[in-house]
Order: sequence, then C-alpha cells, then structure tokens
Amino acid sequence: MVKRIVVGAHYGLVDWLAQRITALVMLAYTLILVVSLLAGPAPSQESWRTLMSGTGMRYASFLCILSLCYHAWVGVRDIWMDYVQPVGIRLLMHTLTLMALIGYAGWTTQILWRL
Amino acid sequence: MLAKKRPKYLNLIQIRLPPAGIASIMHRISGAGLFLILPLLIYLLQLSLGTPQDFATFKAVADHPLVKLFLIVVLWGFVHHFFMGIRILLIDIHIGVDLPAARASAVLVTAVGVLLTAILGVKLW
Repeated sequence: MVKRIVVGAHYGLVDWLAQRITALVMLAYTLILVVSLLAGPAPSQESWRTLMSGTGMRYASFLCILSLCYHAWVGVRDIWMDYVQPVGIRLLMHTLTLMALIGYAGWTTQILWRL
Repeated sequence: MLAKKRPKYLNLIQIRLPPAGIASIMHRISGAGLFLILPLLIYLLQLSLGTPQDFATFKAVADHPLVKLFLIVVLWGFVHHFFMGIRILLIDIHIGVDLPAARASAVLVTAVGVLLTAILGVKLW
C-alpha cells in the first residue's frame, strides 16, 4: 500500500473552500435581496435607498462584495492558470486582477457607506 | 517506431461536449464575463443609490434598448452561474454524482438559466 503523505501549506484547499463559502454567502445575499424587493414597497429610488442603507442590509452587502471579490479572484486566477502559459504575462494578469478586485471592494464599500 | 496518429480533437468546432461539459464551460464563460463587466455594474449601483440626478441618469442609461438587451445577457450570465454553482455545491456534498443524475441536473441548470432569463427579461423590459 502506498502511503501518500500530503505536505505543503494547503493554499489550494483553502482557496477551494473559500470559493465554496463565498458562494454560499452570495447565494444567501441574493435570496435576501430578492425577498426584500418583492416584500418591500413599490420600487422607487427612495425605497431602494432606504433598503440599502439599513444597518443589517449594509453589513450583508459589504459581506457580499468582499465574498464576490475573493470568489472572483479564485475563479479568474484559475482561468489565467489554465490558458496563459508564459509566466511573466500570467503574473501580470494575476496582479491586474487582484488590483482591480481590491479596488472594486473599496469602491462598493464607499457607495454603501455614503448612504 | 512510428508516431501514433491518435485523433486529437483540439478543433473547437469538432469537439462535442456532453451536457455537463456544456454547462461547465458556460459556468466559466459567464463567470469571466461577470468579472469583466463588474465595474459597469458597480457604476450602475452607484448611480442608482446616488442623488436624484444620478438616479435619473441611471434610468436613462438602463432604459436604452441596447443597454437593456446587454443587461439581460448579463442577467443570463448571473442566472446560469447561480444555478450551476448550486449544482457544483450539491455535487461537492455527494448529491447527484451518478452519471444519469449529473447529466439531468446539467440539462436542468442550462434550461432554467435560459427560461428564467427569458421570463425576467420580458418582465423587466
């Protein structure tokens, strides 16, 4: 019998698990948002702003955008790893992806907290 | 020794994917598309939650037929990614792993993606 000893820092497992957990967060957020919109008053900018500025909803939106960025990081990184073979270009794509996603997280947080 | 002439179907037009393969590559394509379009979606969120003038701009932009059509394609990407994601999570916890079940769920996910997008698209038009 071959004893297979797994060594390493398990970054792959962490990312795999994180992609699943962040997916569940976004799944829950989608359901909350859909139910809130269907159960809420007739859609207007006022009702939309009121919904998104509630403390609970703001926290949920914040959690969702952070999850989205982590989730997209793992997914988009996988795409670069599959299709971009030259190491230099791949490193550049990884860097640009990370920078874009961190920026999006900051931008969305600003939108939510300005309300 | 003669080099083996194995059939290598790397021609994308010749590759015939099974339903799960089609649903899977569409999960990847929709994910990549949603990532690329993310700044536009955040910008629309900002307009919708901004001043009344911003909201008026949001309505004007979102009401343009071409933008609407484009957003419905984005909606399809989201719906497909959403349901395919649920399928992947279920398979991760060993639900629907057998071939017939996995094949059926792949067809179901792809069909729900198109149908739900069509229904929502008509409602939102």
